[in-house]
Parts: sequence; structure tokens; C-alpha cells
Amino acid sequence: MRRRSRGNPKVTGVLPTALEEATKIVQALLLAGKEYVCVMKLHSQMPEDQIKAVLDEFQGTIYQRPPVRASVKRRLRIRKIYYVNFLEMDERNVLFKVGCEAGTYIRKLCYDIGEVLGCGAHMQELRRTRVGPFIEDEGIVTLHDVSYMFAQWRETSDENLLRRFIYPMEKSLGLIPKIFVRDSAVDALCHGAHLAAPGVLSLDTKIKPNDAVAILTQKGEAVALSKALTSTEKILKMDHGFVAKTQRVLMPRGVYPRMWRSGP
Amino acid sequence: MQRISPPWEIERSLAVKAEEETSPRFGHKPEERPIEDYMQFGIINLDKPAGPSSHEVTAWVKRILSLKRAGHGGTLEA
Repeated sequence: MRRRSRGNPKVTGVLPTALEEATKIVQALLLAGKEYVCVMKLHSQMPEDQIKAVLDEFQGTIYQRPPVRASVKRRLRIRKIYYVNFLEMDERNVLFKVGCEAGTYIRKLCYDIGEVLGCGAHMQELRRTRVGPFIEDEGIVTLHDVSYMFAQWRETSDENLLRRFIYPMEKSLGLIPKIFVRDSAVDALCHGAHLAAPGVLSLDTKIKPNDAVAILTQKGEAVALSKALTSTEKILKMDHGFVAKTQRVLMPRGVYPRMWRSGP
Repeated sequence: MQRISPPWEIERSLAVKAEEETSPRFGHKPEERPIEDYMQFGIINLDKPAGPSSHEVTAWVKRILSLKRAGHGGTLEA
């Protein structure tokens, strides 16, 4: 696999950055839906109604071949585009907002829109406005803010300065269906055990088999990222057997007491 | 084309299977973790500036906050 520098002078916006132990949770965000606001430059002027019609066509399921400069294999991929909203235009610059599945290349989307329009187009500027539950309008900070508040905390020891710009990692799980478990089930999960039905106290509706789910304590602490083995309805009725397969443990061992016995 | 709902529009509610209290002796609510733990299990909604790569920005955060580890959720590039 080839890797190249991903530096791009015109790309800004939401970049959730996890600290220390929380780095394990970014896996949940890599798979999360994204939203962008994009300036696309057309290679010749086109009527507004035609542009709007073509943007509409890109809503739904699209096929996309990753661009030449990509860190993934360049085979045709299927991606869901939740919406493409035209915002405004000024001569050859078109501003639009797009909500899409993880792994959608907006540079490529612009190129493809240009092809369908017939005039050609490229991505001029990109701002990410959402990564899963993290949005641009809520608690976003610049590198400068981070460095300033951290220095202030060192001077004053006022921990509220840190709590103001750092979120608990559980914020990342905002859009993932959740299963809350008994205290007695927690430590086994931290050792990598799969979740069995008796450990479940409550869970989100609409969970389907193979869905990515988050396992939490009743206090709301993240225990693990898992894969549901069955649906909400079935889990509610089960009295034994596994309900979710542990994929990534997020909580260190020993926070909750060990209530399980090892083999003979 | 048919519209596909984005994940942030899916509404879920909580279904209860069993009731039990959690012991205050173990763990903390995420917002109430002692400050050292709070940082260890923290995440920042960072506004990536134009210019440096996502990777470089993450390295800067790591240095500014004197961390051992930092990671970003989804490379922000074209």
C-alpha cells in the first residue's frame, strides 16, 4: 500500500482528537457518517437549475473510485450519500453541503459532478462540519485555544479550564446503539469476554444483527465496542447465550470488581 | 433516487430488560472523573487549520498537552 502526504491547504474543520487511553475509541469515529461544506469550481459557467438537478442525482447510493492520491486500494466502492444541498453560487464557484458515509471522497465527488454536468469541475475548498456526533457548532476549539487553555490550567490549576474543551470519550458513542450492563458483567468484558444475556440491563431499540454497538456501565462509562449478534427484540427475551461479540475493549481491567471465576 | 437517512437522524429509545443499581464504589460518571482520568479518557473537537495534515495536527496536540498518545477520528483530506 502506498502512503503519501495528505497535506491540503484548503481543507479545514471537525477533527476529533482523542487523548491517551481514549485513542482506542477513534475506531468508532472512522466508521461514522460525515458532513462537509464544499466549494466546487466549475470549469465553465452553468445554469443554476442544471447544477441543482445534477447535485440531486448524487443523493442515494453512488459508485466511487478512490482518487489517484488515496491511501486505499483504487477499486470501485459503493457509498451512501445522505443529502447534497445546494447553498449558493457565484459565477463558477458552487457552494454545497453534503452528508455522506465514511470513506466518501469529496474531491472525487466534485470531479464526478463536473463530468455529469459536462463542464468539468474540481474541489476548491472543503470544510468538515460533522464527524458522527461531533459537529462544528458545538464545542469546537482551535489549536490556539487548546494551547492557551492548557497553559492557563498550568498557571491556575483550575481544572474547569480543561473540562471546558475536553469531552469524555463517551461523546464519540453518541450515534452508536448502546447496551447497558450490570456492574458484575463489566470486568469480564474488560478481559475480552463476549456479552451474555444475563448481563444486559437495558439497550437501544432498533439494534440489528451485526450492528456496531457500544457497551456501557450504568454510570455511562464506555466498556467496549462490540458487534451485536442479534436484534433488540431477541435480546430482550433471551435468558442465556451471547448477545454481543467484544471487538475493542475501552475500559482498563480492574475498575469494576472481578465477579467471574476462571476455569478449574 | 430514494433518500437514505443519515445516522444522526435515526431516533432510538431505551428498552429495559432488568433493573439493578450501580455501586458508587466502582468507576465514575464520565463527566465526574477525577481530572487525571478525565484527560486520559478525553477527546477534543478540534478545528483543523488549513495547511498541515491531520496527522501533523494530531502530533501538535500531543506535544501541546504533553501526551504519550493521541489519535484522530477520520483523516480530514480531500
